Amino acid sequence: MSAASLHKAPSGEAVVVDRYTGLARANHWVTAISLILLALSGMALFHPALFFLTALFGGGQFTRIIHPWIGVVLFFSFAGLFIRFWRANLWEREDNVWLASPGAVLSGHEERLPEIGRYNAGQKLVFWGMTLLILVLFVSGLTIWDTYFFAYTSIETKRAVVVLHAAAAVCAILIWIAHVYAAIWVRGTVRAMTRGSVTGGWAWRHHRKWLREEVAKGRADGG
Amino acid sequence: MASNPGLTLLRKSASDEAPPAVLPGDDGVAKLIDVSKCIGCKACQAACLEWNERHEEVGFNVGSYENPHDLTAESWTLMRFAEWDNPETGNLEWLIRKDGCMHCADPGCLKACPSPGAIVQYANGIVDFVSEHCIGCGYCIKGCPFNIPRLSPVEQVVHKCTLCSDRVAVGGGPACAKACPTHAISFGSKAEMKTLAGQRIADLKSRGFEQAGLYDPAGVGGTHVMYVLHHADKPEIYSGLPANPHISRLVGVWKGAAKVAGLAAIGAAVVGAFVHHLLAGASVVSKEDEQKATHLAEGAD
Repeated sequence: MSAASLHKAPSGEAVVVDRYTGLARANHWVTAISLILLALSGMALFHPALFFLTALFGGGQFTRIIHPWIGVVLFFSFAGLFIRFWRANLWEREDNVWLASPGAVLSGHEERLPEIGRYNAGQKLVFWGMTLLILVLFVSGLTIWDTYFFAYTSIETKRAVVVLHAAAAVCAILIWIAHVYAAIWVRGTVRAMTRGSVTGGWAWRHHRKWLREEVAKGRADGG
Repeated sequence: MASNPGLTLLRKSASDEAPPAVLPGDDGVAKLIDVSKCIGCKACQAACLEWNERHEEVGFNVGSYENPHDLTAESWTLMRFAEWDNPETGNLEWLIRKDGCMHCADPGCLKACPSPGAIVQYANGIVDFVSEHCIGCGYCIKGCPFNIPRLSPVEQVVHKCTLCSDRVAVGGGPACAKACPTHAISFGSKAEMKTLAGQRIADLKSRGFEQAGLYDPAGVGGTHVMYVLHHADKPEIYSGLPANPHISRLVGVWKGAAKVAGLAAIGAAVVGAFVHHLLAGASVVSKEDEQKATHLAEGAD
């Protein structure tokens, strides 16, 4: 892949860099869709004002039936993303600088930040935050999946776990909002999710260290 | 079944409709269970199954009179048998308590329920489950301080004693009270039942049960099923009747602060994102960035 990761756009001069394979994108789409469905069905059962959302899933009973199964899909789908991307999300020294400069980050002044690899500190926090929360949501979700697992824990345990599940879900939704907003705010990002590639300029501006690595890889492969 | 049109609704789960006016001083109906009169015959259990058309499976004996071994989605009431060695008298006392829904004035099940109208409280105090709105999530089980509701594995809805709301709506009393051969179960207005309990307690005290008393726990706002206990100072000896039942603080957090704080945080995040975009504008890749990238890539070629 690395040899072909940089190529000229068919229209002309601009460079295009491959960022995600088709399988990685499919994996991400399954995760994204499950997370949205889980948020909608979960919120429906979280607040009576949102109970009307159960209509999207065929009523209250069906919402209750399907929510945990979507959770199972999300868990395994996210596990796939984890295996793909955990290495690229290991913490680097420049991540501390990035994190310590919220002004530069939020105003888009990336010239004031160090050159960033494949992921910046914010993306890594999304990754590790979601990893932790999805693990908590999965285990707590099994605990309160009364249809199959009622007998395995006490009611006292379930009372605490149901609060934990709700709190973790709210945190996951907050991270998801940040994740989606960042992808919208930073123009040129969403095509990585849809087409799998980004422009050279996008990589230069936001992930220059990664771009240099890709260029170097291309050179090493004689590309 | 739907909520009973013959009874006035006081509260509905997962909705904040204003309650109707209830006559002041009217504290509704109550069932009084006099534990000291109960002989453990289980006529109440049989009557409950029969009237409510429930079918308990044939069980097996594990050396206890309790049959079935716990409340189930079929058996909404259960005689619990406890043998208690009274340290003061040296007597072995056989304590038989008819377990079932207490019909709390402050019902934890109703507070925990996420489905509008699946749990209702009538103005007469009866707390009832409305199966057609029940989604089978089991939240009521977590809300209940008495461990009463049971999820039916067949119907996937939760059941418990209805206090025979259908019979009460047409002027009758609960089937269990009707069937009891020793009048250990009485039914009437809560005021009448308290008066009757007072007489029974005075009688018990005169016969040496100095700690006899009424179980109408204040922690859940009082209940519409009350017990006369000969040892009211030790309700736990009656197969674990809680001394001070109250809705778990966790349920309060979950259904109170968490709901408000959770939605507020999510709303704030969305608003924050919009505001940020308005102030900061889109982060756009410039032509210069593209040229530099091309230059870098060509340098590599």
